[in-house]
Amino acid sequence: MPIQVLMPALSPTMTEGNLAKWSVAEGDTVAAGDVICEIETDKATMEVEAVDEGVLGKILVPAGTEAVAVNSVIALILEEGEDKGALDLVEIEAQTPKSEPAPIASDMPAEAEHAAPAPAAAPEILEPEYDGPMINQTVRESLRDAMAEEMRRDEKVFLMGEEVAQYQGAYKVSQGLLEEFGDKRIIDTPITEYGFTGLASGAAFAGLKPIVEFMTFNFSMQAIDHIVNSSAKTLYMSGGQMGSSIVFRGANGAASRVGAQHSQCFAAWYGQVPGLKVLSPWSGADAKGLLKAAIRDPNPVVFLENELMYGVSFDVPESDDFVIPIGKAKVERAGADVTITAFSRMVGFALEAAEKLAEEGISAEVINLRTIRPLDRATIINSVQKTNRIVSVEEGWPQSGIGSEISAVVMEQAFDYLDAPVTRVTGEDVPMPYAANLESLALPTPEKIAAAAKAVCYA
Amino acid sequence: MAKSAKNTPAKKPAPKAPRRRPTKAQPAPSAEELLGFYREMLLIRRFEEKSGQLYGMGLIGGFCHLYIGQEAVVTGVHANAQPQDSVITSYRDHGHMLACGMDPNGVMAELTGRAGGLSKGKGGSMHMFSTEKNFYGGHGIVGAQVPLGTGLAFAHKYNEDNGVCYAYFGDGSVNQGQVYESFNMAQLWSLPVIYIIENNKYGMGTSIDRASSTTELYQRGSAHGIPGEQVDGMDVIAVRDATASALEHVRGGKGPYILEMLTYRYRGHSMSDPAKYRSKDEVSKVRSEQDPIDNLRQLIIKTKAADEAQLKEIDGEIKAIVTEAADFAKSSPEPDPAELYTDILVEA
Ligand SMILES: Cc1ncc(C[n+]2csc(CCOP(=O)(O)OP(=O)(O)O)c2C)c(N)n1
Ligand SMILES: [Mg+2]
Repeated sequence: MPIQVLMPALSPTMTEGNLAKWSVAEGDTVAAGDVICEIETDKATMEVEAVDEGVLGKILVPAGTEAVAVNSVIALILEEGEDKGALDLVEIEAQTPKSEPAPIASDMPAEAEHAAPAPAAAPEILEPEYDGPMINQTVRESLRDAMAEEMRRDEKVFLMGEEVAQYQGAYKVSQGLLEEFGDKRIIDTPITEYGFTGLASGAAFAGLKPIVEFMTFNFSMQAIDHIVNSSAKTLYMSGGQMGSSIVFRGANGAASRVGAQHSQCFAAWYGQVPGLKVLSPWSGADAKGLLKAAIRDPNPVVFLENELMYGVSFDVPESDDFVIPIGKAKVERAGADVTITAFSRMVGFALEAAEKLAEEGISAEVINLRTIRPLDRATIINSVQKTNRIVSVEEGWPQSGIGSEISAVVMEQAFDYLDAPVTRVTGEDVPMPYAANLESLALPTPEKIAAAAKAVCYA
Repeated sequence: MAKSAKNTPAKKPAPKAPRRRPTKAQPAPSAEELLGFYREMLLIRRFEEKSGQLYGMGLIGGFCHLYIGQEAVVTGVHANAQPQDSVITSYRDHGHMLACGMDPNGVMAELTGRAGGLSKGKGGSMHMFSTEKNFYGGHGIVGAQVPLGTGLAFAHKYNEDNGVCYAYFGDGSVNQGQVYESFNMAQLWSLPVIYIIENNKYGMGTSIDRASSTTELYQRGSAHGIPGEQVDGMDVIAVRDATASALEHVRGGKGPYILEMLTYRYRGHSMSDPAKYRSKDEVSKVRSEQDPIDNLRQLIIKTKAADEAQLKEIDGEIKAIVTEAADFAKSSPEPDPAELYTDILVEA
């Protein structure tokens, strides 16, 4: 049987890529290690090497094809002794799953055991705040556009961080910015977080508006002193004289298979600090509208992105004036039986859970927090007064997490409305493991969220 | 960890004359300038003595770091400052604020935590700021002011305002990593900053040779190509001259400069420090031989810039200013309880 050459993944998060070029032609002999083609994603270009030897029998995906799914068959290699006729024997599936997902351990029953489903409430159309043209783009592009638009608008705004300029951003978020704004305003720093965060904070004291990119928020721990002690507190310590308009942004939360030191959520850490605002977008519109709000805000803002969302596309308002108010949560899906709060990537999981729950007759209301600090308590309380049940979802650790805070707020302000204990779905209380099966057990899933929602509905 | 006294090699480096890179000769100070220095140093000294008294009376609390002994440093540096320049320092900041022309009443009332303090009583001894005087604090984390000051310099360059930042830090702070991160960026980007190392021989109770692998602190920028100079920080005129020639380099767009000021603090690290780590003899020797105010006073008399009677008159004026500051600091009301919740964020 001819050997199937599959579209490779360049990273754990890649789902598709473009086949840029074939380096060999049908009929050519290839040896293991020979470059056979080039593939590209929005982040990188890479050469694909043959893993087997033989004769390139057939190219199934011509050069220039875009959005080729990972693991689809792109070519067939004839083994020694095979002739072209063998090619006809191959039945090609569009996509071969790489592996089965690991089973998820849960002490909640996966299947519903309750009576006939009540009709789910029809989802309302929410937040008709913008009715202009939309553009479909990735979260990565939305973030870049937010920065570019604000830099055009205000010459005091500049971006600094590791690899933000010449390399266009370690995750390509600052793509094209150096070209447009030059090296005065798009600044590659040494690998010195503490120093450049302090420098940016000082520049902000002097009235500039820095955007500090942490390659990931894990490295912000090197600099957390300046975020908390220099930026967040100076307005207070100076009796209101000296504030700073500064944004600290970068990828936060669990990434994929990068192990304990590169996979953690800082929402609760920064969410505790008076003098900071803390935002965490989910969708492309969130990313764009909230980042623009953060840059315009006269205060220090911690802006927690998510690497796994960078490549996800959404419809995003195509307007320089689309700014999302800080401190306002968004009801992404209306429901009557249980409230689910989430932020960042977990909003998508919560919506998936709500979909599953609806099939079982449970109507879940999903709130996208968007702002961690100041927390939009009113939206949460209003929802709980209606549903009488709440599940909070976050990737971070349980103790003193965002869910702990939501639990306290609900207890303080809506105790009499509760029909079940406030319930948290969080990342497990462990450093992130590297093994794929353990990693998926360590994080919330739509299934865990749905199970928790059913538990509070006593369903 | 600091080296224990036992492990310290018996080397006691012979006291060296301050090493000076060739400071360009500056015009001799005028009589008026000398009297200005005298007035300023005396204000700092008397202000700090009064602070110590108020602390003893329980009117000032927490940390309170006095600048007594180091007055010539900030006075000589500031003699060269232009209005657009900026200043940033550590918690040992009272002298710097007075040299910047900040109101002694407001400083003293901040020390007592009253509504009339420069930070409405919410900052305290270590945290005062003045947008008007370009004084950027007042920072409690050792070394943090170094990148912050480098950022102020970054802003000077960015805004093309021809300003220079004077970033002050101690001999203990020089070992912080962020100092070298700052040196690297400042030189890489030719930022207009003078790093002023106030080498008072001790970081808290640790003498410099127990904390630093090399003690020639003016050389600490050499790995980054930053020129440095060691200056007699007890001599206000030497400080003035060295700063002037450093400024030619920095304002000329050639990047940062390091001035290591050899100085001494007479009091403990803060009010609660009995300073047992050094002998009384060591302190009294410096006071009697090197005191910046006594020496300037003698120079003034010798050069006939003023006579005893004129100096006495200045002494009286300074005393009145400090007495008024203390009275103000005692009588200013405590902040309104509602202030607890203000100034956390700018109203947006
Ligand atoms: C990061 C940090 N570590 C420790 C301290 C406690 N501390 C305050 S001052 C000081 C010594 C600093 O000495 P130096 O830089 O020589 O300044 P000086 O007090 O002599 O003016 C120490 C260890 C601190 N404030 N910040
Ligand atoms: Mg010291």
